[in-house]
Amino acid sequence: MDFFMQLLVNGISLGLLYALSALGFVMIFKSSSVLNLAHGELLAIGAFVFLVLSAWADLPIIIAFSLTLIGTFFLGFLVERLFLRPLIGEKLIEVIMMTLGLGIMFKGLLLFIFGGDIHAYPDFLPEGLSFELGNIFIPSVNVATFVIGILFLIVFGFFFKYSSQGIYMRSVADNQPAALSLGVHVRRVFAMSWAIAFIVAAISGIVLGIINGVNVHSLSAVGLKVFPVVILGGLDSIGGAILGGIIIGLLETFTGGYISTSLREIIPYIVLVIILMVKPYGLFGLVEIERV
Amino acid sequence: MRKLRFHPCGNFKESYDQELSIFDTDFGRLWMIIGLVVLFGVIPFASGTYLLFILNTIGIYAIAALGLNLLIGYTGQISLGHGAFFGVGAYAAAILTTRAGFPFWLSVIAAGVFTAAVGVVFGLPSSRLKHLYLLIATLAGQFILEYVFVTWKTLTGGAEGIILSEARLFGLNLRDDRTFYFIVYVCLVVLMWTMVNLKRTRYGRAFIAIRDNDRAAEGMGIPIFLYKLLSFSISSFYAGVGGALFAYHMMSITPEPFNLWLSIEFIAMIIIGGLGSIPGAIFGTVFIVSLNEVLSHLTEYLMNVGVSTGAAITLAPLKEFVFGLAIVLFIIFEPKGLAEIWRVIRSSFRLWPFSY
Repeated sequence: MDFFMQLLVNGISLGLLYALSALGFVMIFKSSSVLNLAHGELLAIGAFVFLVLSAWADLPIIIAFSLTLIGTFFLGFLVERLFLRPLIGEKLIEVIMMTLGLGIMFKGLLLFIFGGDIHAYPDFLPEGLSFELGNIFIPSVNVATFVIGILFLIVFGFFFKYSSQGIYMRSVADNQPAALSLGVHVRRVFAMSWAIAFIVAAISGIVLGIINGVNVHSLSAVGLKVFPVVILGGLDSIGGAILGGIIIGLLETFTGGYISTSLREIIPYIVLVIILMVKPYGLFGLVEIERV
Repeated sequence: MRKLRFHPCGNFKESYDQELSIFDTDFGRLWMIIGLVVLFGVIPFASGTYLLFILNTIGIYAIAALGLNLLIGYTGQISLGHGAFFGVGAYAAAILTTRAGFPFWLSVIAAGVFTAAVGVVFGLPSSRLKHLYLLIATLAGQFILEYVFVTWKTLTGGAEGIILSEARLFGLNLRDDRTFYFIVYVCLVVLMWTMVNLKRTRYGRAFIAIRDNDRAAEGMGIPIFLYKLLSFSISSFYAGVGGALFAYHMMSITPEPFNLWLSIEFIAMIIIGGLGSIPGAIFGTVFIVSLNEVLSHLTEYLMNVGVSTGAAITLAPLKEFVFGLAIVLFIIFEPKGLAEIWRVIRSSFRLWPFSY
């Protein structure tokens, strides 16, 4: 029973990590219906900016953290301006290819600058957050992940539902020409959504970095794990991303614990194919009925 | 003898036959014959072993890239699993020759057919889903197939892979790069000829209709699902044939080369070459394979010069960076790829000196 409980807790904390890293992805998809194949690299960029500021420049954590957020926000603007703005109005396939190219480019650049080693942040989370459940220890990082995830869920839920910017974003994602003709400033919305997505990715990247260490390869691999999570939860649902993340996390740890460790890495993708065949819009995704 | 056709000074096509013709002018036909003579008569005898090896690699990748071009360029369905399908072809050919004792030609064709069947399985989600979802399904296919290559040890040999025995065709030893060159390029020419003509049939036009507007295509009576699957299976067939030739080219296969990176390279090939262009797929392959070679030689050179081995090691990721940069720049500045540049150069020669 202890083994089961341990797996359960591990699964949920892994799942929360997946959920957290899926949030930025959902954010971009929800606001511009772009399937971002560079998401893992965005996580890595955020994590490395924070690494440089906190561990190498030795700034206080709060300052380093806020500088990271500001920096990635403007980086998001820059990337959008340079690479994605020329593609507004182009076919979706080209935008997806662009994110693929950007991802490879960022990965090469990060590897070039930081190498393939694992770096670590200084220890800064307060120990008080951790607690023991029965006889299972839950470290403070996982508690922080959980809190951040819930916070995101609430903030972005309200943002997309009530703020005008959020509604603009949804309209652009739904139908770009219609949004344009109704006077939505599509370029500004695009810029905004990429900038915010960079911030969200940076926060997720930092949390991932605290837990697993900052490494280009592992962070960009997480970008691919995001797909089963968001497909399960529904591509444009933030709550779905969190639930999907937890389900995939549990699935991975239980497969690893009870069946085989090599199957563990692949089980999310098998589930992914099954979901795509059975319930393609996921648990909470917007169902677009189109008989074509 | 009919009148020779030259370039008209405008678009004066009077019938659908003219619209469908492959060669606008008789010069096109002449250039093709010259090209074939150079390809089979001059290049294999003028180039050394190393160059032949590279040329064979180019030919093999070009076959797979042609298939992916059909899927992405003509049908508008993105696949991130082409590298794994290429691997399926390689493993199918290797297993069929070593275990079942198939002859070379039969194993290549069987590998193609088998890969087409595997492709259909991963193409099935496209029945209800648009390209976004198909992309994700093929990504899953990539990982699942990689996993199968590594873990199904009794069949694939696991991480050690399979070593192929010596293959013969018409009594010729295929281990010789020059002999193999002829086989690869005969396959490439035949498959390219098929592809050019496929584009002119109702199937090819249906694929393009699906790419341009799937709802309109459905409205015109094209059974979209079947055609998507057909496109998927033809594309996988090309990947399988390419993979089978790759297995014979390398003489031993391991799961390692058939990873996601290979799929990305294939996509890079056809984006850089030009989506929806058959010469483009070839140009793109030449570009990517040469880029790979140049970059790996550059790193090797820097290592040997010994400026500092550290610098050479950090240069290795530059390869990825250059790849990504090439894709990004081509999408922004020349979305139609090298094929468009080639067309511009050609027509500037043709129109000289009165390019109006």
